[in-house]
Amino acid sequence: MVHQYKLANYNIVLDSCSGGIHVVDDIAYDIIASFEKDSKDNIIKNISEKYVNGNDITLKDIEECYMQIEELKEMGKLFTEDSFESMAGKLKEKTSGVVKALCLHIAHTCNLNCEYCFASQGKYHGERAVMSFEVGKRALDFLVENSGTRRNLEVDFFGGEPLMNFDVVKQLVAYARSIEKEHNKNFRFTLTTNGLLIDDDVIEFANKECANVVLSLDGRKEIHDRFRVDYAGNGSWERIVPKFQKLVVARGHKNYYMRGTFTHANPDFLKDIQQMLDLGFTELSMEPVVCAPGDPSELTKEDLPIVLEQYEKLAELMLKRDEEGKPFTFYHYMIDLTGGPCIYKRISGCGSGTEYMAVTPWGDLYPCHQFVGEEEYKLGDIWNGVTNKKAQCEFASCNVYARPDCADCWAKLYCSGGCAANAYHSTGSVTGVYKYGCELFKKRMECAIFVEIVRKLKSKQ
Amino acid sequence: MKHIETIETRNLCESAKHGGCGECQTSCQSACKTSCGIANQQCENKESK
Repeated sequence: MVHQYKLANYNIVLDSCSGGIHVVDDIAYDIIASFEKDSKDNIIKNISEKYVNGNDITLKDIEECYMQIEELKEMGKLFTEDSFESMAGKLKEKTSGVVKALCLHIAHTCNLNCEYCFASQGKYHGERAVMSFEVGKRALDFLVENSGTRRNLEVDFFGGEPLMNFDVVKQLVAYARSIEKEHNKNFRFTLTTNGLLIDDDVIEFANKECANVVLSLDGRKEIHDRFRVDYAGNGSWERIVPKFQKLVVARGHKNYYMRGTFTHANPDFLKDIQQMLDLGFTELSMEPVVCAPGDPSELTKEDLPIVLEQYEKLAELMLKRDEEGKPFTFYHYMIDLTGGPCIYKRISGCGSGTEYMAVTPWGDLYPCHQFVGEEEYKLGDIWNGVTNKKAQCEFASCNVYARPDCADCWAKLYCSGGCAANAYHSTGSVTGVYKYGCELFKKRMECAIFVEIVRKLKSKQ
Repeated sequence: MKHIETIETRNLCESAKHGGCGECQTSCQSACKTSCGIANQQCENKESK
């Protein structure tokens, strides 16, 4: 499956199934577009009529170009067939029963009252609660017991606002460190916080123990404070920005993400990214809002072209800042073309409900943090393990090829079928497709690959 | 005349021979929590690439 696009004077050709990426001139771009639809003679005739001008482009050039494309096809770098379907369930079969990551809902409560929160102010449509040390400890034991030979175990402290239960967070990390050696495990902790409770103690802890911290900031003050308010209705921007700056400096400006959400209120989110840069942050993530259909913050059809344009401008800004010696990272544009995931990972789909689960303050297990509160998807609990096998099967069989809508999509080996929660919330099925999200994802991939191409070509010069 | 510049990438068909160790990160654990794919992940099996 071949995907072609033009971005900032670059003609880019992706061969989805081999992972091949080519930068081509106009002649090659047009030949590739017709290659599988017409005969060689017709293609050469048509392309010659368009390009041969008696000066610098000759018929021989066109024929040579055609041959180069044939050679790439023979080498398995263009027009590669999709032959992976039979392998789709293999990775999940092989690792069946192995859990390698938990999202610990350490606090189902929050000190902010953000209107757009998918977790309904941390309560997940339920009661306010915090996780006890005993529940958290059992969750860590459950993870160790079910992780098989897997060494690296990921645990995210999530909420609500996890720092509202910081003492338990610290106790759990101490407990994990006390057992990891005897079990030959390595815990990687992450913390997702709104920042209000960050102090020197939190900074020291996060920098010592957390492989990554995710800091919620929506960018411009007026955008951030529109939604991210406390229960008195006061914005939080002024209070959290200095704390984030202090934490990031103490962290050596690495292993964190400044994570923003953009909504219908700011489809022009590049201004918010610029604000983050102006504040000295360089590891950035800006996410489209996840909300119920019809919610006032929902991105609309009219917002789509604006958002797509913002993604292109973001790519251009990254390259400009590279040249100025002021590079920054955008989470969704991180793509390692030579060291990315293998094909098994690419077709297996998200690991939610199988290798990744969320744990509520009461010890219930859900397929992921976005399913918490959806009773039919409650998988079991940390004492008895997964008992709702029907629900787990649904997630285990969730892969790229389980989604008919993905069959002809060039991006399927970059998204692995996308987010099951987004699919469920927009279509009612975990194997559905959240089409608006697909449009955004495809644009992000085009831009990410473009940025990487430009960087690679410049480094060659 | 050079019409095509091929960028170095991991060959996905080749990765079928040695991949599938399962040590890599779960999809949306570390950063976005809402709209992740797998494109920005790293392979953790340095010998299989």
